Amino acid sequence: MPQSVTLNVNGKTVSIEIDDPDMPLLYALRNDLGLKGPRFGCGMGQCGACTVLIDGSSARSCSISVGALDATAEITTLEGLGTPENPHPIQAAFIEEQAVQCGYCVNGMIMEAASFLKENSKPTEEEIRAALDNNICRCGTHTRIIRAVKRASEAA
Amino acid sequence: MNQILISRRSILRGGGALVVSFAMPSVASAASAESLSPAGKSLSGEAVDGFLSIGTDGIVTVYSGKVDLGTGVPTALAQMVAEELDLTLDQIHMITGDTALTPDQGTTSGSNSIMKGGMQLCAAAATARNALLKMAGEKLGVAADELTIEAGVIKPSSGGEGIGFGELVGGKTFELAIDPDAKFKSPDTYKLVGKSIKRFDIPGKVTGTFDYIGDVRVDGMVHARVIRPAAIHADLVSVNEDSVKDIPGLIKVVREGNFLAVVAKTEWAAVKAADALEVEWSDWKGLPDQSKIYDYVRNSEIDKTDVVATAGDAAGALANAKKTLEATYSFPIHSHASLGPSCAVADFKDGKLTCWSPSQGNHALQKQLAEMLQLDAQNIRIVYVEGAGCYGRNGFEDCTADAALLSKLLEVPVRVQWMRHDEHGWDPKGPPSLADLKGAIDDDGKIVAWDSQFYHAQSVGNAVTLVAADLAKLSHQPGGRAGSVQGNADLGYKLPNVQTSVHWVKNTPFRASWIRTPGRLQNTFANECFIDELAAEAKVDPFDLRLSMLEDPRGREVMERLRKLSNWETRPSPASNQEGNIARGRGVAYCHYHNTFAYVAAVCEVEVNRESGEIKATRFYVTHDLGQVINPDGLINQVEGNVCHTLSRTLHEELQFDNSSITSLDWVSYPVLTMTGAPEIIVELIDRPEEPPMGGGEPSAAIVTAAVGNAIFDATGVRLRQVPFTPERFKAAAMD
Ligand code: FES
Ligand code: FES
Repeated sequence: MPQSVTLNVNGKTVSIEIDDPDMPLLYALRNDLGLKGPRFGCGMGQCGACTVLIDGSSARSCSISVGALDATAEITTLEGLGTPENPHPIQAAFIEEQAVQCGYCVNGMIMEAASFLKENSKPTEEEIRAALDNNICRCGTHTRIIRAVKRASEAA
Repeated sequence: MNQILISRRSILRGGGALVVSFAMPSVASAASAESLSPAGKSLSGEAVDGFLSIGTDGIVTVYSGKVDLGTGVPTALAQMVAEELDLTLDQIHMITGDTALTPDQGTTSGSNSIMKGGMQLCAAAATARNALLKMAGEKLGVAADELTIEAGVIKPSSGGEGIGFGELVGGKTFELAIDPDAKFKSPDTYKLVGKSIKRFDIPGKVTGTFDYIGDVRVDGMVHARVIRPAAIHADLVSVNEDSVKDIPGLIKVVREGNFLAVVAKTEWAAVKAADALEVEWSDWKGLPDQSKIYDYVRNSEIDKTDVVATAGDAAGALANAKKTLEATYSFPIHSHASLGPSCAVADFKDGKLTCWSPSQGNHALQKQLAEMLQLDAQNIRIVYVEGAGCYGRNGFEDCTADAALLSKLLEVPVRVQWMRHDEHGWDPKGPPSLADLKGAIDDDGKIVAWDSQFYHAQSVGNAVTLVAADLAKLSHQPGGRAGSVQGNADLGYKLPNVQTSVHWVKNTPFRASWIRTPGRLQNTFANECFIDELAAEAKVDPFDLRLSMLEDPRGREVMERLRKLSNWETRPSPASNQEGNIARGRGVAYCHYHNTFAYVAAVCEVEVNRESGEIKATRFYVTHDLGQVINPDGLINQVEGNVCHTLSRTLHEELQFDNSSITSLDWVSYPVLTMTGAPEIIVELIDRPEEPPMGGGEPSAAIVTAAVGNAIFDATGVRLRQVPFTPERFKAAAMD
């Protein structure tokens, strides 16, 4: 039975029609709302490629049913942080450090960092590593990503 | 013969303004198959028009067959072209990897993008530059050598009115063969090459505005998931379509031989149907015992043996030596395990196929798809769209074939997204390899004999078999695989008595393909570790021993610089006076890529927890000479990636399987290097602007495993010869 779900994404209230409330949020964001920041990496909560913020905290959108959400949950995606013209300080730090190879992991890294820096605005390098330890990067951009998050924390 | 012939023909042909009419459809509005192969755009790798066109606005479009596999290479290529033509970077528009637009420059692999691909572009640009100068000279009444170019405007060096590229040739073709002798600009006039220009793609990638392959949407597109055999060569016995009939949005269960897929209106319906579909597969148990995988390699029939190096009399010298050593090194099966599982979109309509694909070799794929689908290659267009990082021929081509087959069967655009288990399970694998080494040292601690025998998987056919072609029993070369590479099996050092052979084994358990530095990594691992074994036996410093055998001055400089950079303490390994549970050590490794291309060396520092066996690489120092450096920061980024990715392979990665299928299907069963394990990496580039650029994509991966192995030995006296260097292997080796 198609049903309507209302979500609050990047500050806007949007309604989508879904067949199945068990559909993960990731599919709603990518296919129904046309967002490209969150990416499909594993669908099992293991890699972090799909990370978004829900009420400011990082969440793996591949592992949250869209039916479990309503408009009271504030969802923020990578697009909601900033734009190429007006990037968020973390995004600006990733550009500054050129902390990207393929960049497929970078959504997760930035969203996880955004959540973490809110809790710990002046982290040590060790704390940054620990915070991002469950986000996988295959290209080996590790050290630049750590540097970019450090830079962002220092800029704030 | 640099005749300038701006073709009137191309204008009269209608729609002569090449740049405008051939601009690649933006992915977001990805067009349908109708935009296939517009006539008129040269695809010749020998013609300037193949690679460059100039718009009336003076914007130069560069058509590169080499693509961005997550290395940022288009930025470097743009720098090279802009430099030769004296343009600013915003006057360059890059189009990469579209079989309808870009010349076939071969697969993006083997560290060739700049070394070969970039040099072709530069030759086209230099030819165009000469032509433009000549033309402008005629228009302005000034000799060509009295003209300068600035930001695409040609003017007399003495001052006065100039003329822009757009005005000169905008919208027209050059009709000019690339002059292989066209002179490049002198490095001392460079404005862009050699600078750390920031990559074009990064702002989009960090803000969610960049289009990856997963973001391609085509009108009328449906979503598919493939369901692979439960055992690798199992046959499909039966499918219960009723098991999925209630899933809303399901369109069809597609079965072609052993090829099975579900197609749905929504992506989630396809995921659910693939999961719920009841399928019966036959039994198949043809895989070897994982715990005996190296016996399997050793016992395989050998197809042929290449003797790659001989000097003196290795057998005789070994027989007569007082001190000899022998060791066997083994390197496991790896998955590419791209972070983004393979994805592709295909649109078959009216006998023509367009694929949007992240393939590293879309011209080769075009031919394979033509055979598989029995289409004329000219009726297949493959448009490159970036996927997650690709380290060689992974699953991208297979996924594209899945999409192409489904679209041909259903005659609608089909998007196939592999799931994580498809990627880990069905990407082609880096094959297992073995190396047997023997060496002898004399009383002065010099290596006097060296015998090395490598066992590598042989290639079959000229392309890796497409899974869909195999499963659906369509036309293809069966068993096609990319075997290993013999480069760097022969040492880059001068020794008196050498015998080195590569034995190409026929049997390898999985469809094999190249993963970052195939062969060169495995060979360098064995060679550079065994040199350290001999150095330890002779009680000499491993750095000193290498330098005593190294004649090439560029190689020596790389090593001397590394010695300084890493504050190398000269002494034999292992280190003495290690106290406490954590042992610290350092190891060195050197490689002259293929003994022909780039020079690279590294020192790795490790900490080993003797009790738990846990190994942490804390720091890498890398020195690298690859001739002219185009974009230093881009190159350092690539080197860092090589170090971390190869460190992951060295410490963590090994394919798991039982006798019917692969069992390491996710990130838990196939662990990789995470943030807490990433080392500090210090890179020193030796820029040689007067020397041709040599590829930097892979060489710095080749030395990583050996440097880590040597550092572990230095720290603990324990020699690990089997990758990955897991805590269990360390503990077992320490007991011996
Ligand atoms: S895609 Fe969600 S964690 Fe991997
Ligand atoms: S940059 Fe490619 S996965 Fe991290």
